[in-house]
Amino acid sequence: MKELTCIVCPRGCRLRIDETRDFLVMGNGCERGIDYAKAEITSPVRTLTSTVKIVGACHPRLPVKTNRPIPKKLLREAMTILNRITVHAPIRIGDVIVKNIAGSGADLTATRDM
Amino acid sequence: MKNCQLAIIGGGPAGLAAAVSAYQNGVRDILLLERDKSLGGILNQCIHNGFGLHYFKEELTGPEYAARFVAMLKETAVRVVSDTMVLDITDDRVIHAVNTDGYHTIRADSIILAMGCRERTRGAISIPGTRCAGILTAGAAQRFVNMEGYMVGKRIVILGSGDIGLIMSRRLSLEGAEVLACVEVMPHSSGLQRNIVQCLDDFGIPLYLSHTVTDIIGRDRVERVVIQKVDENRLPIPGTEIAFDCDTLLLSVGLIPENELSRQAGIRLDPRTNGPEVFENMETTIPGVFACGNVLHVHDLVDFVTREAQNAGKSAADYLLRDPMPATEAYRIEASDDISYTVPQKLHPAIPQKAVSVFFRVRRTFEKSHILVTDGETVLCAFSRERMAPGEMEQIYLPTALLRRAKGNTLYISCEEVSK
Repeated sequence: MKELTCIVCPRGCRLRIDETRDFLVMGNGCERGIDYAKAEITSPVRTLTSTVKIVGACHPRLPVKTNRPIPKKLLREAMTILNRITVHAPIRIGDVIVKNIAGSGADLTATRDM
Repeated sequence: MKNCQLAIIGGGPAGLAAAVSAYQNGVRDILLLERDKSLGGILNQCIHNGFGLHYFKEELTGPEYAARFVAMLKETAVRVVSDTMVLDITDDRVIHAVNTDGYHTIRADSIILAMGCRERTRGAISIPGTRCAGILTAGAAQRFVNMEGYMVGKRIVILGSGDIGLIMSRRLSLEGAEVLACVEVMPHSSGLQRNIVQCLDDFGIPLYLSHTVTDIIGRDRVERVVIQKVDENRLPIPGTEIAFDCDTLLLSVGLIPENELSRQAGIRLDPRTNGPEVFENMETTIPGVFACGNVLHVHDLVDFVTREAQNAGKSAADYLLRDPMPATEAYRIEASDDISYTVPQKLHPAIPQKAVSVFFRVRRTFEKSHILVTDGETVLCAFSRERMAPGEMEQIYLPTALLRRAKGNTLYISCEEVSK
């Protein structure tokens, strides 16, 4: 039995998961808690949000995110990749900045028009 | 002097939602005044995700949440004037503002205050030590890192475990800094549990509860920060000192609604929220002047700011185009000792809506409990909760039909734990 805090939404349900009973999840307020708890103890994932350098916009940084959660162990590698990138304005929300970042299967996309 | 029907002060999430709502409810002559270069307010520097789960039913980053409302605003005829600083509002609703075109006075038939809040600083909590460089509020550091492109330090201690402190712990770790400690004076964090997991635990950052910073040492730049354990009266316990060699101290020690303009206008403020005292329609003590968002009380979630601002926008439309509510109060809402404040603080007579929203915060943690609304003698309505914590704002909807049963003109709100 493991105890976890669900991070899917701000409610922060306190979950219990029993590995010996086919990953039975308890304490979840919604269905998403079940998927979170199972992923968290098998292969935890996180959405990465950061910035990349942008030229020709009102500010020098463009905010970006991975368009889906990536394995937690790839966060550092993804940061190293996006630290080397420079993009040029104009950029639209949702534009792909890096395809399949760090081999995660997720794309790095812009989160602001600049 | 120029004239307008409705002026909105501030183009952050509250101002944006209020402007769209007022327009949708029929007001056509709306002026939105914003201090920064672009709309969106603090959302533009909050590049992390977790916004919009209630309102849009999906997880957005701050800039994405702002962009949704900026897009809605573009569909309206609201006039946006950015790079403009409002200096004064008078009690007869004349706005004094300055920008690169000069000094402007605008007479508005109605005003919505949406100026947001600002951070408490080192001075506000009186930390001893030298006055060296490298001491920043967490929000200032967030703007430097996420918008301006400056890194704030290499070895960092963060005081305060509210959400901004937690989010910045993760952000600076990702950017290659070493976050040595997150220090919290209270025995519990005021941030969301999910942020403790994904911002501190994920990066192995230790959280020191019941500790505070008691010394800052450095000549030109911070060189060392000393923390100490505190007793139940929050006084440092001698002999518990821990020193961190670091170059930066971030402060995430609370937010204060930014009400200089409200004060200048002569609006009555509630000392518990540091924001204007309002009716259920967000109207302040000056008829036709409304307030919403963090200028009214500090919110945890932008989704709640949006809903509150939509209420203010609709109320301003009702005031301008339909019957203004009378300036008299039918009920005053009194909070018990376990509740730190309520918004609204008072209710109009004859409220047209079926129910009114009341926000409040508890002072301590409650396990399974009931929220009771009484008239002093009889319970008018009750709401149950699995758990309540000071860090999480509560919201109840009071059915207006029940209010008619109340004797007297005070409503009492209290919480009691259900015995197991």
